[in-house]
Amino acid sequence: MLKLENCLIDNDGFHLSADFSINSGRRVAVIGPSGGGKTTLLEAIAGFLPLLEGRMSWQDKDITNAPPDRRPIAMLFQEDNLFPHLNAWQNIALGLDPNLRLTKPQHETIANALNRVGLTEYQARKPAALSGGQRARVALARALVRDRALLLLDEPFAALGPALRAEMLDLVKALCDETGATVLLVSHDPSDASRIAQDVIFVDAGRAYPPAETGQIFAHPPAALRAYLGADK
Amino acid sequence: MVNRAQPVKSGSGIIAAALVAALIFATLAAVFMRAEHGTGFTRADYSVLRFTLVQATLSAVISVALAVPVARALARRRFFGRGILITVMGAPFILPVIVAVLGLLAVFGRAGWLNQITGFIGLPPVQIYGLHGVVLAHVFFNLPLATRLILQAWQEIPAERFRLAAQLGFGPRAMFRQIEYPLLRRVVPGALAVIFALCLSSFAVALTLGGGPRATTIELAIYQAFRFDFDLARAALLSLTQLGLTILAALMVLQSAGATAFDSGPGRAVRRWDGKNLTAKLFDMACIALAAVFLMLPLAAVILAGLRTLPDVAGLMLWPVLISLSIALISTAILLLLALPMAVATALGRGAGLLETAGLLGLAASPLVIGTGLFILIRPIANPTALALPVTALVNAVMALPFALRILIPRAREVIRRHGRLALSLGMAGGPFIRRILLPRMRPQIGFAAGLSAALSMGDLGVIALFADPDFATLPLQIYRLMGAYRMADAAGAALMLLFLSLTIFWLFDRGGRWHAEA
Repeated sequence: MLKLENCLIDNDGFHLSADFSINSGRRVAVIGPSGGGKTTLLEAIAGFLPLLEGRMSWQDKDITNAPPDRRPIAMLFQEDNLFPHLNAWQNIALGLDPNLRLTKPQHETIANALNRVGLTEYQARKPAALSGGQRARVALARALVRDRALLLLDEPFAALGPALRAEMLDLVKALCDETGATVLLVSHDPSDASRIAQDVIFVDAGRAYPPAETGQIFAHPPAALRAYLGADK
Repeated sequence: MVNRAQPVKSGSGIIAAALVAALIFATLAAVFMRAEHGTGFTRADYSVLRFTLVQATLSAVISVALAVPVARALARRRFFGRGILITVMGAPFILPVIVAVLGLLAVFGRAGWLNQITGFIGLPPVQIYGLHGVVLAHVFFNLPLATRLILQAWQEIPAERFRLAAQLGFGPRAMFRQIEYPLLRRVVPGALAVIFALCLSSFAVALTLGGGPRATTIELAIYQAFRFDFDLARAALLSLTQLGLTILAALMVLQSAGATAFDSGPGRAVRRWDGKNLTAKLFDMACIALAAVFLMLPLAAVILAGLRTLPDVAGLMLWPVLISLSIALISTAILLLLALPMAVATALGRGAGLLETAGLLGLAASPLVIGTGLFILIRPIANPTALALPVTALVNAVMALPFALRILIPRAREVIRRHGRLALSLGMAGGPFIRRILLPRMRPQIGFAAGLSAALSMGDLGVIALFADPDFATLPLQIYRLMGAYRMADAAGAALMLLFLSLTIFWLFDRGGRWHAEA
């Protein structure tokens, strides 16, 4: 279980409060207006931003002050998920060893991950020679080899078309069903949330609301969420 | 940025900045202690101060005044060779002063091309030594700089503005009042300030084309006090005056917004609808042609004269070439060791203002002032002339530091912003981030900065003149000595070598940085 207890997050003067917990293995969508604090929430969980107050724990182990790489987390950002001067294989391999000195079993892990996202033939290509969808797959493959319990997705597929985005979300869902990872997915689009998320966290005006079951919350949205979704929802 | 977790630390950058500041303040302190025993400002010193200010003012005003029409012509005309011409206008920055001076002498000198023509039609010869020559050389170096600064501003005007002007039927008058005048008012003060500041610390130009009681800059006077009279107290007093002037000039530059022409490529000519009539076209073409001839002719003259004597002098120049190359490479290594950590620390945003100030100190304290200070500091311990090579390399590195930081900081900031979080989450903080991400991603900028630094150091004729003994000379110093011995033909041959070496060393570093580098 990921637990945020009375957390107050500081993002260069912008503050976000969060007090909730997420059960292991759940897929949770984080929705809300831009500027509300969605990215801030994920960056704090990932360890990029400091907490002013409160504590954060995973499976009852305190991670409040743990550095980003010591957390059980793999994160995909909105952009720049790949290093442009390294090829697909190297970008994935960094997930296993920052110094790129890999053992034989690790080579196999990478081959499997490439195969799983359907990019075996493209492993020698650099990001500039890959399509947007292929780049997203490389980033997912790296998250896969890192084998972390929590996967944070900060709109990594926002630049893709609707069909491709749905395809990537389905791939995320399938991969996480296999690994049992817990997923937090930031999105602007409520239909993304409905597609793969079991729970929804609504973030607005410096506050992250506790997760609510997806069907429930869209059927009976609270006032702030109703304003965000628009009158016809 | 301040509280966010970062993949690198700023410690080594702060140490580098502290070392630079310590070096400069130690030399200044050494100079200051000496100055107290001096005799005070003499009449000669006042005339030196006046000449310094007059030539810098004239150089700045003439360079900018000429650059305004040239920049407009380049901004609104598209023609074959436009890109090359604009690139060539960046070259004077790395062009060794002594090479340009030889070229200007060949064109405008007593026996130069111009005087041959004027003599033929019966006009009195043009005199190049003195104020004329100093200003001419400064305009040669700074007209391209001013043109690039103003051109950059032209290219920042959104294309919509010109479409709107075309729709509203702006004539030349409205065009000037609504678009050109506001633009010039924004960019001209900065260009004037930069060129004024650069010309204040002019040494090599004054050394070769000035001199005498009526054409001596403060930097040159420091050198003379040092070299001819060995009057350290006077050198120190002049150094303090120079320091006051450069600080004043630096403040002026900072006041008038820090426009730099380093990152601007050739750019596109903006599509415009004005200036379509024949007069405007002819005027623009004349501006471009005259500027091109003014800039190319002296270089062509050096190359032509140099080609004739190159085979004879090449053998004699072996040692100066080796010494200059060693100084350039050592200086570049020192520069990178200082600039890279400082750029990273500045990019992290911790004490960025102080760090950048430390980098700019190199501009405030002129090379001759630092050289004087180092001489005073070293003399009790060792023979300063024996340390000419490392001292020159060090001073050249500090001089190149402000430019290198301008090139490196924006890129360091971008790399850390774009890749910092990913690297942190992959556990690459520290060494792996620097080796695998930061340095490879900054390679084009590192190559460019290293190229500039190496070329500047290669062509530098400054502090080496203070320290060298008769048996030890860099290539520029050797050329100066040949000129002093009236061996102009041999000097041209050596100048051609220097030109080739400076451009090649810049090209190699810059090219090496961009080789197979992804955007």
